[in-house]
Amino acid sequence: MIVEDDPVIRQFVRRALEGAGLRVSEAATLARGLIEAGTRKPDLVILDLGLPDGDGLDFITALRVWSPVPVIVLSARVEETDKVAALDIGADDYLTKPFGVAELLARVRVALRRSRTGEGGEPVLYLGDVTVDLAQRRITREGQDIHLTQTEYRLLSVLLGHPGKVLTQRHLLREVWGPAAAEHSHYLRIYMARLRHKLEADPARPRYLLTETGIGYRYAPV
Amino acid sequence: MTDVSNRDRPDPDALLRQVTADEAAARRGKLKIFFGASPGVGKTYAMLAAAGQARAQGVDVVVGLVETHGRQETEALLAGLELLPRKPVEHRGRALTEFDLDAALARRPALLLVDELAHTNAPGCRHPKRWQDVEELLAAGIDVWTTLNVQHLESLNDVVGGITGVRVWETVADRVFDAADEVALVDLTPDDLLSRLKEGKVYLPEQAERAAEHFFRRGNLIALRELALRRTAERVDAQMQGARLAEPGSRVWATTESLLVCLGPSDTDGKLVRTAARLARRLDARWHVVYVETARLKQLTEARRLAILNALKVAQDMGAETAVLTASDVVDATLGYARERNLSKIMIGREGQPQRSWPGQFWRGRFMRRLGAQAPDIDLIAVARGKDSRHQRWRRRKQATSFMSPAAQPVWPRYLGAALSCVGIAVLTMPLLNRLDLANIVMLFLLGVVLVAFRWGRGPAVLAAILSVAVFDFFFVPPRLTFAVRDAEYLLTFAVMLIVGLITGHLTALLRYQVQVARAGEGRARGLGELAKALSSALIEAQVVEISDRFVQGIFRGKAAMLLPDAADRLQELVEHDTVPAYDLAVAQWCHDQNQPAGAGTDTLPASAQFYLPLKAPMRVRGVLVIEPDNPRLLLIPEQRRLLDTFAALVAIALERIHFVAVAQDTLIRMESERLRSSLLAALSHDLRTPLTALVGLADTLSMQLAGAQASEREAATAIRDQALRTSRLVDNLLEMARLQSGTVKPRQDWLALEEIVGGAIKALEPSLSRHPLQTDLPADLPLVRGDAVMLERVLVNLFDNAIKYTPSGTALGITARAQGDALEVAVWDEGPGLPLGQEQLIFERFTRGRRESIVPGLGLGLAICQAIVDAHGGRIRVENSPGGGARFVFTLPLAPPPVVPDEERGPTPPGAQPSTATR
Repeated sequence: MIVEDDPVIRQFVRRALEGAGLRVSEAATLARGLIEAGTRKPDLVILDLGLPDGDGLDFITALRVWSPVPVIVLSARVEETDKVAALDIGADDYLTKPFGVAELLARVRVALRRSRTGEGGEPVLYLGDVTVDLAQRRITREGQDIHLTQTEYRLLSVLLGHPGKVLTQRHLLREVWGPAAAEHSHYLRIYMARLRHKLEADPARPRYLLTETGIGYRYAPV
Repeated sequence: MTDVSNRDRPDPDALLRQVTADEAAARRGKLKIFFGASPGVGKTYAMLAAAGQARAQGVDVVVGLVETHGRQETEALLAGLELLPRKPVEHRGRALTEFDLDAALARRPALLLVDELAHTNAPGCRHPKRWQDVEELLAAGIDVWTTLNVQHLESLNDVVGGITGVRVWETVADRVFDAADEVALVDLTPDDLLSRLKEGKVYLPEQAERAAEHFFRRGNLIALRELALRRTAERVDAQMQGARLAEPGSRVWATTESLLVCLGPSDTDGKLVRTAARLARRLDARWHVVYVETARLKQLTEARRLAILNALKVAQDMGAETAVLTASDVVDATLGYARERNLSKIMIGREGQPQRSWPGQFWRGRFMRRLGAQAPDIDLIAVARGKDSRHQRWRRRKQATSFMSPAAQPVWPRYLGAALSCVGIAVLTMPLLNRLDLANIVMLFLLGVVLVAFRWGRGPAVLAAILSVAVFDFFFVPPRLTFAVRDAEYLLTFAVMLIVGLITGHLTALLRYQVQVARAGEGRARGLGELAKALSSALIEAQVVEISDRFVQGIFRGKAAMLLPDAADRLQELVEHDTVPAYDLAVAQWCHDQNQPAGAGTDTLPASAQFYLPLKAPMRVRGVLVIEPDNPRLLLIPEQRRLLDTFAALVAIALERIHFVAVAQDTLIRMESERLRSSLLAALSHDLRTPLTALVGLADTLSMQLAGAQASEREAATAIRDQALRTSRLVDNLLEMARLQSGTVKPRQDWLALEEIVGGAIKALEPSLSRHPLQTDLPADLPLVRGDAVMLERVLVNLFDNAIKYTPSGTALGITARAQGDALEVAVWDEGPGLPLGQEQLIFERFTRGRRESIVPGLGLGLAICQAIVDAHGGRIRVENSPGGGARFVFTLPLAPPPVVPDEERGPTPPGAQPSTATR
């Protein structure tokens, strides 16, 4: 389902999604969007944060009361804080305008797959030549063990548990270090750097453990 | 041992004083005084000789003014020194020459020689005294050398007068001497001096020749020499105290003595003040001087009041804090003042000879007794007051008449009126003589005296009382029409009549005076109240000007004008007008800059007809009030001056209030426009992006649908998409620049890893970067930096984008970073053609691009944004051509001490392993 006030954007998103074999419904306002979401029970919601009739954050809050359906947020760049807030209260991903169709479809696909399999379904994951066996807590590269500290492992498992989902800094800090550490963003920087150096081929151009600048991190499954 | 008792600790106030004094001294010029015991010891000679040496060492020495008195040895020293021309001044038909202060300030030498510090300038000069000229020179940062004799020091003036019998009236305040940076004592033994005198080598002014015989006696010279030596020694001692204060670990600290001097109605000659000054200096004590003015003391003649207030001013010049207290009870007010300021000693004057006037003695005695009774803890010091010398009394009288005569109304009509009223009563009662008892006629005369006293004051009342007795005797007491008295009993009647007449006359006059004082006070208070009310409702400066003009004209019945400064602190000229006084803008500006009153009744340009008063508000001087009263005497009355000061303060506060209201309004407008700007930006951002998003999306859709079509059509669709994305980046840059330009955007201060930012930037430019080989050289141990991730990513995106735009496809690009000292240095380099020479900094200017008429799109905004962002992070950005060819953009970010990261157990994480340390 698309909630977006601009008809042209609505139209091309619909066409792109339908091209990928999905059924699409539309809403031009937040109020209408909530009604549609209630009646049609969509599998995924694409929501524009800059709607004329209200705050997109209220929409997410209202939706999350009764539905775990994935939400992808569309936003302009100046609304950085809105994006973080939207992700913090339960949105799954975001796209910055302007975005390409390919990008949109990729995000939609990941979100749908996650919602179908449930979070963190796969016990064994492959990051390039690195194998992560979550069940055995064992990480190997070409058969060689890679040693992770407790914290590094915890951080990695949180990331891998939400494939494709953008996890905000606040969320990660709370999950890994506890609620008291919510402001200590430097922990995250240091541990993410260590993880990348241990797991990524080129830490400056990561393929799996991606940075969403100013927002948080994301594990991008192949 | 670290435990230091309180008493041993340096007094912080004293240290602070020392520090602030040092600071003030660094800005000011240095003053060196060549100090001598008497004329003829060779001060000028010594000064010129030293100046010659300084000049030989290359110091810029200028002689402002030196009196050689035609002596050849001294004149020879002047040769080779630059002399300032003197300023001709005309005074009472005589042409005088004076030191030219303005020429000296304009010439600005490093060192200026000005002879005879105690000199009194001719009327018409800026300052009445030369030492004030010197003060201004020092304040302007010019070093000054000067000469001074011991007899010219204010505090020693009467001591020297007592020794030599010659009193000089040109004095220099002691604080000037004490504040001098250097004092060189020029010493000569009395015998040598006397022999020089015999050889005619000592200059004596003509009028002093007679006195000189008296002055240059061996005994006098020895005493003077002792005084000069002692005074210099005292100064050296004070310096040593100062040095000791500055030096840590010293154990001798002066106790903070404090002294309160209470001036009485007879302390008009300033001797009490000078004695107190000497004592205070010896004790190294703070000292205060107060004059308590009761309603009764307000009746003192104006000349006496002025003399007392003058003594206060002398005290202030000598370094005392002074105050005039208005109270009903002298003892209470004095003790209150002393208790408030914790002053431990009270000093008052005592008659040096048996008191003749009993009221004075009564006052003193009672005052002392009451002080002693009410404050047993305070030391009382009584100082003998010298008897008035004839000269002084004459001076005082002269002062009194000069103050009284020009303006006071003629008094004879009052006395005539008093006489006429006696005669009138006589004429009226004559026909009633047979019907009225003589006792009742006496009553009528007494009534006359009371009325005269009430109407015309004390003097006429006394005349009326005496006349009444005479007339009564002559016309009414038998035998009539003679002064003879038949019945001796009438003599008693006369005596009683005279005494009753005098007393009632006196009391009535006193009552009248008090009524007048009260009425005047009330009138002033009401005037000020009305003024305050009017000023509080004024909203613009013009209103304040108008209100205050009206007020000043109402009180001083003259012309008044207010000069207000412009933004550059220059006072603005006023339009000439009937009510505008003929002010001098330069004087007004001086008054504004120095924050000191000038003109009539002050030390600065006292001969001027106008009075310039700075309008001092709490924050700064807000303007200058110029008053040209019809009657300049009004400015000398302390009440009027105090009234004027209060008035000036009120006006200044009103002006300041208006100023801050304007500032607040400006701020409000700026905030409002800022709010408007940011909401406009947000709307613009949204409205521009929506169609771009549609464009990109539709282009994508199109190219997907064209999957099977010709290559050229697919390329067209891709081009649309690329252009739309480029436009989007341009919009981003424009909005970003607008945001940065507004100055309200503060970068966030998060801890960031450069590696992630580089990763983000590379990801953002993925498609176009793929055409260039990219090398990233980032050490693994790079420290975190503080900053705004989004902004810094934009810097890197813009730098990479720039490199992509200006280098041919396939050119190698790269980024390197390293920590250098307390900064992180990041360089983005390419192997392209490099920059045109000389464009290295220009390239960061907004909308400048490397080459003109370039085919490469972009507004040149990118680099300007980079610079703005790096600046906002406290870093620097520069560009250079690398030696191997290509451009190299380098920016730095300041490194803060790294944040603390909790140390974690190290080691392998085998399956199911428990943490090696319990966290508890």
